[in-house]
Amino acid sequence: MATSTGSLRRYALTRIALVIPMVLILLTLVFVLMRVAPGDPIQAALGAKLSPEQLAEKRHAAGFDKPMLVQYAEYLRQVVTLNFGHAITDNQPITTILKINGAATLELTIAALFVALAIGVPVGLLAGRLHDGVFDGFGRLFGIITYAAPVFFVGLIFQLVFSKWLNVLPNSGQLNALNNALLPRHTHLTVIDAIWDGNSAAFTDALKHLVMPAVTLGLLLCGVVIRLIRTNIIQTLKGDYVEAARARGVPESKVVWRHAFRNALVPVVTVMGLQVALLLSGAVLTEETFNWPGIGNRLVYYLTNRDYAAVQGIITVFALAVVVISLLIDFVNAAIDPRVRY
Amino acid sequence: MNIEPVISVRDLRVWYGTERGPVRAVDGVSFDVRPGETLGLVGESGCGKSTLGRGVLGLLPTGSAADGSVRFKDRELVGMRQQEMRTMLGAEMGLIFQEPMTRLNPLMRISEHFAETLRAHEPGISGKEIDVRSIDTLRRMGIPPTRYRHYPHEFSGGMRQRIMIALALVLRPAFVVADEPTTALDVLVEAQILSILHDLKRNFDTALLLITHNLGIVAEACERVAVMYAGRIVEVGGARRVFSEPAHPYTRELLRSTISLSTTALHYIPGAPPDLVEPPSGCRFHPRCPDAMQVCPRIDPVEVRTSTGERVECWLHGPAELIPPGGTAPLQRQELASADEA
Amino acid sequence: MTAPSVAEPGGESILEPTQDLRGRPQGPVKRLRQQVKGAQGLSKWLLWIGAAITVIFVILAVFAPLIAPYGFDQYQSGGTRFPKQEGPSGAHWFGTNVRSVDVLSVVIYGSRTAIEVVLLAVCFSLLVGVPLGLVSGYYGGGLDRVLVLVMDALFAFPYLLLAIVIAFLLQDSVGSGVLTAAIAITVIYVPQYFRVVRGSVLSAREEHYVEAARALGAKPRTIMGRYLFFNVIQSVPVIATLNAADAILTLAGLGFLGFGIQPTEAAEWGYELQRGVADMGAGLWWTSIFPGAAIVLLVTGLTLVGEGLNDVLNPLLRRRTGRPVVLPKRMLPRHEEEPV
Repeated sequence: MATSTGSLRRYALTRIALVIPMVLILLTLVFVLMRVAPGDPIQAALGAKLSPEQLAEKRHAAGFDKPMLVQYAEYLRQVVTLNFGHAITDNQPITTILKINGAATLELTIAALFVALAIGVPVGLLAGRLHDGVFDGFGRLFGIITYAAPVFFVGLIFQLVFSKWLNVLPNSGQLNALNNALLPRHTHLTVIDAIWDGNSAAFTDALKHLVMPAVTLGLLLCGVVIRLIRTNIIQTLKGDYVEAARARGVPESKVVWRHAFRNALVPVVTVMGLQVALLLSGAVLTEETFNWPGIGNRLVYYLTNRDYAAVQGIITVFALAVVVISLLIDFVNAAIDPRVRY
Repeated sequence: MNIEPVISVRDLRVWYGTERGPVRAVDGVSFDVRPGETLGLVGESGCGKSTLGRGVLGLLPTGSAADGSVRFKDRELVGMRQQEMRTMLGAEMGLIFQEPMTRLNPLMRISEHFAETLRAHEPGISGKEIDVRSIDTLRRMGIPPTRYRHYPHEFSGGMRQRIMIALALVLRPAFVVADEPTTALDVLVEAQILSILHDLKRNFDTALLLITHNLGIVAEACERVAVMYAGRIVEVGGARRVFSEPAHPYTRELLRSTISLSTTALHYIPGAPPDLVEPPSGCRFHPRCPDAMQVCPRIDPVEVRTSTGERVECWLHGPAELIPPGGTAPLQRQELASADEA
Repeated sequence: MTAPSVAEPGGESILEPTQDLRGRPQGPVKRLRQQVKGAQGLSKWLLWIGAAITVIFVILAVFAPLIAPYGFDQYQSGGTRFPKQEGPSGAHWFGTNVRSVDVLSVVIYGSRTAIEVVLLAVCFSLLVGVPLGLVSGYYGGGLDRVLVLVMDALFAFPYLLLAIVIAFLLQDSVGSGVLTAAIAITVIYVPQYFRVVRGSVLSAREEHYVEAARALGAKPRTIMGRYLFFNVIQSVPVIATLNAADAILTLAGLGFLGFGIQPTEAAEWGYELQRGVADMGAGLWWTSIFPGAAIVLLVTGLTLVGEGLNDVLNPLLRRRTGRPVVLPKRMLPRHEEEPV
């Protein structure tokens, strides 16, 4: 790989440079959306509770009475310095919200990704290999139905079965009340923190709470994974280099494994990266269903309470997260596939 | 000829199924190829050349059936089990494909392609020996050892074709089918490839079936040539002989259609290539043959040996005793309506 | 045109006109029908099952007032109030919910809402996305670059958040009914149509017949309208069907979070599910299972149609019709002499 690492670095720099206009557009989009509503954020959030003079005071303090362009510049500066101010309704520092609740969402999405791949990859591989057979039909149907069933519906059913009827798993939340109060948080990823603390009771508790939401969200994604891998396998097995390998007497098992499966898995990384939007949207719904203290949950709360400052901060982070992740995915892709370098 | 042929094909038929009925891609073909000999196989697009090339090696698509006899070194290939064929493909028989750009797995290095092929046939082989043999074969094809570990996309089309040839030859097969190996390449590269194929004869005594629609290549590289039309071989003999005194009208027309420096007007064979589901009755060339006789559409022509030692299937060469009275009169044909021609 | 030859690599492009068995050239619709008829095995089954499901829901939607036993917001009949949160019974097949409304009626009217919103959204998206894609792909240049950047940004954004925000913003001006939901969903899907159409235009633009038309002096409008349009919309039906399926999920998601259609305006499945969460805690399953099942069925139906269409139209995925062939006995004389 000696000659390739040089170009990998160059690729990385070029991609980062290209991403900046996209980020700017996203930020502008967020800013515009937030300001489109009539009135201003302070009015919307606190209008019913405070007198006009107090409102004006708060408005001035938050800088909402300055001209639009100045506000825009302020906003951009905030983003760059990663200082988003405070929520209007409960005065929490937004960065704290992002850190604590963001970690919860991170925990949920990583677990969900794991579930999606663990189920989706084998099913997709088999379905593609046994193209047009019975398993293929079931595999596809499974993929379609898991996508068609809304996340919250699946979550509800799980809750009904496992919490209500079988009573083996907790209904909602990230930890039970006791552990929630007592567990010291370092990373705010409860499973990791429990390991860090050596607390096996908290560890089991954290896992128990994580299972249902993760599987619910993971099922949503595995439909995408199955569809993608299956299609890739089918196309690869009909491909030219597969025919050439067969003509050289390479045994069928090697052909399927080395050429078809391996090549079919390559785009999975990229596509999963593209699914970040889907993942985050699904996370919002899952968090609502299971009362998981993630950032989606907070977003809905602040939206309902018209707390624009908080909403703006959260949505900005979402947008940036999407960009950063897709960048990372591109890098991983370039590392795997030698063709993709500038 | 006293030397035993490496491969003997007798009455090979390869048909495959479509909605309209079976396509008679190869409909009773016979020929021999001896060690160190190159047999050219020419014909228009769609006459069944590729199917024949693959059919001889047993690499048929799904939904096809074959019968007849293909004897390779005293083993009957038609009807042989896939397992057994796999052990022979690559080691004793090889196939060189037409389009080199897509025939190599983009995620595997060239060295890995060779390793895979060699290990498939010699399971205990050491990594070192793989490298030695592969680099040696590559060097004979003009690929330097420094590029042994490169990926396919780092090579040009001509080099990829040379790599493909090296892959087909690394185990020194006795019989190789080259399916239009230079059609996708430019003229200069074509010359290099042809010279490589020529060296095969000299160095390894390989029997080569060279499929092409380019008569110039045949004249340059082949000792014998077989002319194929509508699934049957209509003429076969020494290349020089066939080209200077073509026995079959189709061969003659083909030669006249070739463009050279002395061409002043374009010559073409009127009519369209025949439908292989319902080929014309009797001699399949009769609708387009300028010398067609009354007997031609009525009775299938019988193979005849000409005075110059070639085989040809044409009533112009008799045998006279099988032609009914009046059969030698010229065939009356209505003017082909332009709609029918389309 | 010559008869189809044997060993042609790749198969015909969907952009080139082809012939039918009698040699007559075929238009794209006829070819589509033929390909659908020729689909083999499982794909065909999936396509037809999906179509059947979709049609059933459309019928429910159109004839809702005739089929549903009660109104979607009706909590009483003839002066007596319906029982609250009662399980399935003779009078109420799917039971009643917390507002004393018949769940079966809600489910049936919900299909009407779903289909309304989705139809509106798909139409709007097509009306905006397809022309933008055509123009952007054809003209290229600065306009194209800007549009692509904007569309990519929209596309990258988590779609539900975008929908929530837009629904939210429109609540004050347009109200929270069907139109708002439709517009919110439109904004999410316009980038998809834009991308697909633009991609098709970019490849079709280089085709020879377009070049010829340009050489003959055809105006851009003619080229886009007459030549490119019919070719680029080949891929649109599949996308539209899959988008419709997605849109229903988005609508339900909006409803579930409380940013969708209010129950006084129309029945909506997602909203019912939100109410159903509380019921689940108490073990009342019928208020959420039935609407939820309706969502799953309709989305599955639409997706099957979309996937089925895709299978049928995508040659590489189609299993080759490997009809088994039996070689008949030979009629030609066998080879006796040694060949040369």
